[in-house]
Amino acid sequence: QEKEELIEEWQPEPLVPPVPKDHPALNYNIVSGPPTHKITVNGKECINFASFNFLGLLNNEKVKSAAQASLKKYGVGTCGPRGFYGTFDVHLELEERLAKFMRTEEAIIYSYGFATIASAIPAYSKRGDIVFVDEAACFAIQKGLQASRSNIKLFKHNDMADLERLLKEQETEDQKNPRKARVTRRFIVVEGLYMNTGDICPLPELIKLKYKYKVRIFLEESLSFGVLGEHGRGITEHFGINIDDIDLISANMENSLASIGGFCCGRSFIIDHQRLSGQGYCFSASLPPLLAAAAIEALNIMEDNPDIFQTLRAKCERIHKALQGISGLRVVGESFSPALHLQLEESCGSRENDVKLLKRVVDYCMNSGIALTQARYLEKEEKCLPPPSIRVVITVEQTEQELDKAASLLKEAAQSVLN
Amino acid sequence: INHIVPNGGLYKRPFNEAFEETPMLVAVLTYVGYGVLTLFGYLRDFMRQWKIEKCQNATEREEQKDFVPLYQDFENFYNRNLYMRIRDSWNRPICSVPGAKVDMMERVSHDYNWTFTYTGRVIKDIINMGSYNYLGFAQKAGACQEAAAKVLSQYGAGVCSTRQEMGNLDKHEELEKLVARFLGVESAMAYGMGFATNSMNIPALVGKGCLILSDELNHASLVLGARLSGATIRIFKHNNMQSLEKLLKDAIVHGQPRTRRPWKKILILVEGIYSMEGSIVRLPEVIALKKKYKSYLYLDEAHSIGALGPSGRGVVEYFGLSPEDVDVMMGTFTKSFGAAGGYIGGKKELIDYLRTYSHSAAYATSMSPPVVEQIITSVKCIMGEDGTTVGRARVQQLAENTRYFRRRLKEMGFIIYGNEDSPVVPLMLYMPAKIGAFGREMLKRNIGVVVVGFPATPIIESRARFCLSAAHTKEMLDTALKEINEVGDLLQLKYSRRRLVPLLDRPFDETTYEETED
Repeated sequence: QEKEELIEEWQPEPLVPPVPKDHPALNYNIVSGPPTHKITVNGKECINFASFNFLGLLNNEKVKSAAQASLKKYGVGTCGPRGFYGTFDVHLELEERLAKFMRTEEAIIYSYGFATIASAIPAYSKRGDIVFVDEAACFAIQKGLQASRSNIKLFKHNDMADLERLLKEQETEDQKNPRKARVTRRFIVVEGLYMNTGDICPLPELIKLKYKYKVRIFLEESLSFGVLGEHGRGITEHFGINIDDIDLISANMENSLASIGGFCCGRSFIIDHQRLSGQGYCFSASLPPLLAAAAIEALNIMEDNPDIFQTLRAKCERIHKALQGISGLRVVGESFSPALHLQLEESCGSRENDVKLLKRVVDYCMNSGIALTQARYLEKEEKCLPPPSIRVVITVEQTEQELDKAASLLKEAAQSVLN
Repeated sequence: INHIVPNGGLYKRPFNEAFEETPMLVAVLTYVGYGVLTLFGYLRDFMRQWKIEKCQNATEREEQKDFVPLYQDFENFYNRNLYMRIRDSWNRPICSVPGAKVDMMERVSHDYNWTFTYTGRVIKDIINMGSYNYLGFAQKAGACQEAAAKVLSQYGAGVCSTRQEMGNLDKHEELEKLVARFLGVESAMAYGMGFATNSMNIPALVGKGCLILSDELNHASLVLGARLSGATIRIFKHNNMQSLEKLLKDAIVHGQPRTRRPWKKILILVEGIYSMEGSIVRLPEVIALKKKYKSYLYLDEAHSIGALGPSGRGVVEYFGLSPEDVDVMMGTFTKSFGAAGGYIGGKKELIDYLRTYSHSAAYATSMSPPVVEQIITSVKCIMGEDGTTVGRARVQQLAENTRYFRRRLKEMGFIIYGNEDSPVVPLMLYMPAKIGAFGREMLKRNIGVVVVGFPATPIIESRARFCLSAAHTKEMLDTALKEINEVGDLLQLKYSRRRLVPLLDRPFDETTYEETED
């Protein structure tokens, strides 16, 4: 009888707490028309400095016509996962092309960029394994690590001494319990070009650590694929490292390739395992063929025009130099990184106020024709929340005048808002 | 086990689900089969280790041979020895639109499925009973495709930004309003991948200190989302309302396990149609329980949206209930709409909260514009807003196809699981050898089917699964049924010990069960 009373009395929380109307993430920018070089945001026409369209392939006619041909042949959706009549010849072709381009044995395609690394990590690393991951790793990596239930050891961003210290500690632990150490797998997860800080990881030192402490390396190249390296093959080409030294390279096709989805490449020994145990691969519908055809065409363009990477790098250097010396804003990122952050030099105290201040800078720029955005994070979910910042993205399509205009506009905005 | 119309009054139509028990002889033979395979597996592994037989697995690099091994040998035992033998039943590559008939690339293996080579020939016009094409929108010509082509040339293929940054196009807003109207809810939000919709939004809704009650046979995406959220998970028996009620009572009365504090929220995770069983959730009873115990309901309509209900609005309409009773209505666009992606619909506060705090909105790229246009056109077609009655006709055609197909298969004597009205039809095979044999025999007769075994199903209950479509004509279904009959006789698959009395109209009342001849 008192059970009935307890049931009567119990009051659950509301399913979701109410969200204040002026929450910065609630009011999205509405883009009318394609998000290309010239973009119409909230009714205003601006130059796009916010979409990750590094090689300008979003509006490329060849890419669009390849996608159109595929649409006429296959329709839009694939109506099934890869295992059940969802494997099309375009998927197989794209996997072959990516493997050939990256000079690895095999590649595997996912239908969603976020799910790529988030499914790859739990396929190899299970409960009881150890993963050393950089603090500034992106959210997808964090979710993959959470799903894998392994022990996670964070090391300071790009700090090889800290990583070595952690590895040494692990070694002493191993000596206490050698039987367990023989079956505990170890991984290092790093990004080629970090999305949250705009700098690159010191890959040669990592390779040395790999062989010294017998740890496998998983490299996430979402931003560096199609950007770094002489032919756009990413950070391994940039540093001249043998690609077989990296166990798994994962990237998404949503930045340089201007398509949707992601891929992992590496040796068959490693990649083949994901075909049965990658959750985002086995239990989800495959990539629509028109997007796969668009990616193949984009790869063709990348292979045929290797000089766009040089052009992109030159533009990045130019704007990096031009943005130095803005009072109140600090540039965060390498000089050849196409995705920079502008952080406040002095914070006003609370994150909320910082965000509001940056919003005023962004609005000033938008009103004068440069589309920018703040970098969005889920504040309660991130392990190491980066400070609020404005994201500046450089693409091949931006002309030198536009770059200079953007730089001078940001200077003006900082002057008027922050002083 | 046969259930019909219990709980009188809650159900407005007969709820007819059947899961015939495995015949004892078949179960024993299946175990024997697996035992033999395991023995041979050990023998082959032994021979491979002692180099008597060539090892065809890919191996670790020479430089990394002294690293900790990446895979446990035992993990891959099943993979090497059982899966490899029948690997050609899966991952079959096709090269045409996945409609009612499909073209497949022919592939052969000269070394017992370790590697495949493509002969270059294309097998044409295979009747496709494996793709999730319930309403037949997988087409390469027609209004949907033309609209998608126009949007593709205007907007391009990708978006290159997240929803919260610069990726929110006007097309997305249009889609969300349309989906909300279709479902009959206040507001909706769309995401790029159905799997990710579950795994990224359940953690945003519940966290530590909450309780999730999830069905035994829930999909991997729901299980992953529940795990990532950090809430406590309790599992109730498949579609079993007594089990669910017991768990709810215990949860409220006893509170959290160690601290005895009351739970913050209770969320019930169910699916509309379970794709491996073909069963439909007992929604009226779940909603009654939910209201009595003040918990929240998350309904995953991946397979049931577009496929059930007189106008295709899913399992809520099928039972004649109001969409306001379901707190979170989730579904995917992959199956009935011929596109890709997922959505969540519900009250405006819920969707506003998800717009701000969903992992996908902040970090994942938004949907591709031509895909969005395909969904918009197909939803308008189903609702009848494009001026034709094609949508309605398709929904009705699917319902007719379902009933006809299921009835004929039962008459032939196969064991078919699931609800009478579900377009997913699992046909039991049980023995491991028959899994491979069924798939190959059907392909020889130009019919493409999907076979599933362990670990997607319990180890002795392997099955073949047919997915019906509104694009299947009666002739195609008849051809398929004829071939299934032949193969069933060839492989001795007609296990059912009940023969249904065919086509007699008997009135049902609450106390009679179906009469069967034994």
